[in-house]
Amino acid sequence: MVKATKKWWPIFVLPTFLAFIIGFIVPFLEGLYLSFCKFTTINKAAWVGIGNYVKVFEDAQFWTSLGFTASFTVVSTILINVLAFAVALALTKGIKGTNVFRTVYFMPNLIGGIVLGYIWNILINCVLSIAGQPLLALNNKAGYWGMIILMCWQQIGYMMIIYIAGLQSIPGSLIEAARIDGATGWQTLIKVKIPNVMPSITICMFLTLTNSFKLFDQNLALTGGDPNHSTEMLALNIYNNFYARSGAAWKGIGQAKAVVFCLMVIAISMIQLKATRSKEVQQ
Amino acid sequence: MKKLFAMLLVLAMVLSMAACGASAPAATEAPAAEKPAEAPAAEGSVYYLNFKPEQDEAWQNLAKEYTEKTGVPVTVLTAASGTYEETLMAEMGKSEAPTLFQVNGPVGLANWMDYCYDLSGSELYSHLVGDDFALKDGNAVLGIGYALETYGIIVNKTLLEKAGYTVDDIQSFADLKKVAEDITARSAELGFSAFSSAGMESSSDWRFKTHLANLPIYFEYQADGISTTTAIKGTYLDNYRQIWDLYINNSTCAPAELSAKTGDDSLNEFRNGQAAFYQNGSWAYGDLTGTFSDDELAMIPIYIGAGDEAKQGLCTGCENYWCVNKDADQADIDATLTFLNWCVTEGAEALANDMGFVIPFDTAVESNNLFARMANAYIADGKTPVSWNFTTMPSEEWKNMVGQALTAYAADQTDANWDAVVTAFVDGWASEYALLG
Repeated sequence: MVKATKKWWPIFVLPTFLAFIIGFIVPFLEGLYLSFCKFTTINKAAWVGIGNYVKVFEDAQFWTSLGFTASFTVVSTILINVLAFAVALALTKGIKGTNVFRTVYFMPNLIGGIVLGYIWNILINCVLSIAGQPLLALNNKAGYWGMIILMCWQQIGYMMIIYIAGLQSIPGSLIEAARIDGATGWQTLIKVKIPNVMPSITICMFLTLTNSFKLFDQNLALTGGDPNHSTEMLALNIYNNFYARSGAAWKGIGQAKAVVFCLMVIAISMIQLKATRSKEVQQ
Repeated sequence: MKKLFAMLLVLAMVLSMAACGASAPAATEAPAAEKPAEAPAAEGSVYYLNFKPEQDEAWQNLAKEYTEKTGVPVTVLTAASGTYEETLMAEMGKSEAPTLFQVNGPVGLANWMDYCYDLSGSELYSHLVGDDFALKDGNAVLGIGYALETYGIIVNKTLLEKAGYTVDDIQSFADLKKVAEDITARSAELGFSAFSSAGMESSSDWRFKTHLANLPIYFEYQADGISTTTAIKGTYLDNYRQIWDLYINNSTCAPAELSAKTGDDSLNEFRNGQAAFYQNGSWAYGDLTGTFSDDELAMIPIYIGAGDEAKQGLCTGCENYWCVNKDADQADIDATLTFLNWCVTEGAEALANDMGFVIPFDTAVESNNLFARMANAYIADGKTPVSWNFTTMPSEEWKNMVGQALTAYAADQTDANWDAVVTAFVDGWASEYALLG
């Protein structure tokens, strides 16, 4: 069996590998090439060299967006994971109607980001209007917290499902042993449950971190970067680079930004994976 | 990255479809597949990427008619409102690229200069009434303006009469201000407001950050005797403030709520008789004919208290230019040129009536569009139309910054906030032109 797999693996890998090459490797390399060019459509690109990257780092808006994205990512990642874990704990206690709650909490995740963005835009504007505050387009604090609320609302249900699966896979004997040894509920949680759901925490952290960092549709629909680009996250900033000004040069700069952004996302998720993986325990 | 890019485009399209709702046609494709069986093979085909959602249906019909007559397949794709550049970029990158597309004046041409076929030898160009309507690079004609449109303040005459005025009472900014403020003072008793809401939501704020902003630019260009500049002075920005104040403070809603109001809201208020004035153009005629008869409507110039108001006409100009893709197959290019020529000759009536365009070709017929006819009436009266100078605005970014500042000012009308508008207008103009490089 092992021998056969060793011999025939290329056949099994090939279809996915081909798809990966066509759908990811080739476009990525092409994108890398384009980031050194100026272009309007991708088949007519003129080489300009490293200049695009210099312009990216000179762009003040890029740094503002990076700061905004970072602060958004930290807050939303922590909030989503803590809340999702708490909900998962509550819904594995065998309360009546658990399944209904699980379904209801999961539902927001089924709606697309753009639609959610517009719905919350209307909701938040109504609240702000009643409270006599400036509306979203003029209120970056409301924009920031609005996005956090929106992301929590959307993502908690999804992460909850993963945490529930993790919590349910903890062997009952471990919990029972802890109880017999006289551990309190809190001690059981910290010393037994959390170490055992570390794989779930790894995956949830990874998903929330990258989702928040790459956030685009919710950002576009909820605030559109208003006011004055102050709620513009990196992905939206790249998009605006493409279309806000005419001229072939801007497409190249946007492309260079996209490459820098991609490298950042890879670096951050690698570091995160390494950090949480090392805490996982073998059962 | 291409994947990311494609996703961004898809998102953009989904977004604007969601934003448009049911009223505006989103990207729709003509039934080009219905090629008549007897169609001559390999004669080339036409793929038109249309900019104006309002005229989508009319273009689809015209294309169908042409295909039935000649057998040449014509595909018309209309980009959803506000996403033309995105759609065009994506479509031009394909192997089946549009053969016919549009640019918005000289600034828009900068992106597409290398893609434009020289139209100077075409029959279409020979019909053009003057070089004012052509985008030229040296001797090459890269774009041909095909539609003269007109905007101003659309008036519900019935409501105006109810308030005790007629259109003739408004001959200057002072008159307009007097009438509007009188209506506001009595709005509870009259049951309507002066202006429909000046929606500043980003899908429709072009009515003010672009069209209304054209007026101070126009008067400055007139005063300085220029037609474009890389450094605007903002001579008439106080007038811009006056008219903006008038719009937002005599409206159907509180100024602070304008940031969330859309163009559709504004249109509906006007249609429902909640407001007597509505700033928009001849393209909105189709939206209004279902509700109003021609006798109930009028369009008056946007007076801002600058220049010679007794001689001021409506704002008439040309923003959109036809360009033919020079990278297309020669057969397709020829088919496109033939199609265009047919449009302005035999299709001239459809362009005039179904689309409401006054076309700058010697084949033009009179439009049944009320606002287009009013524009001509003003000219016949000896008034000078205000030209469209917003094609010289440096970038979308500049418009967005001005729009943003206008919205902030509307919510809190302080001098400091107006200074921000002036900064965005004057300093932003220079810095955006510098960035264009």
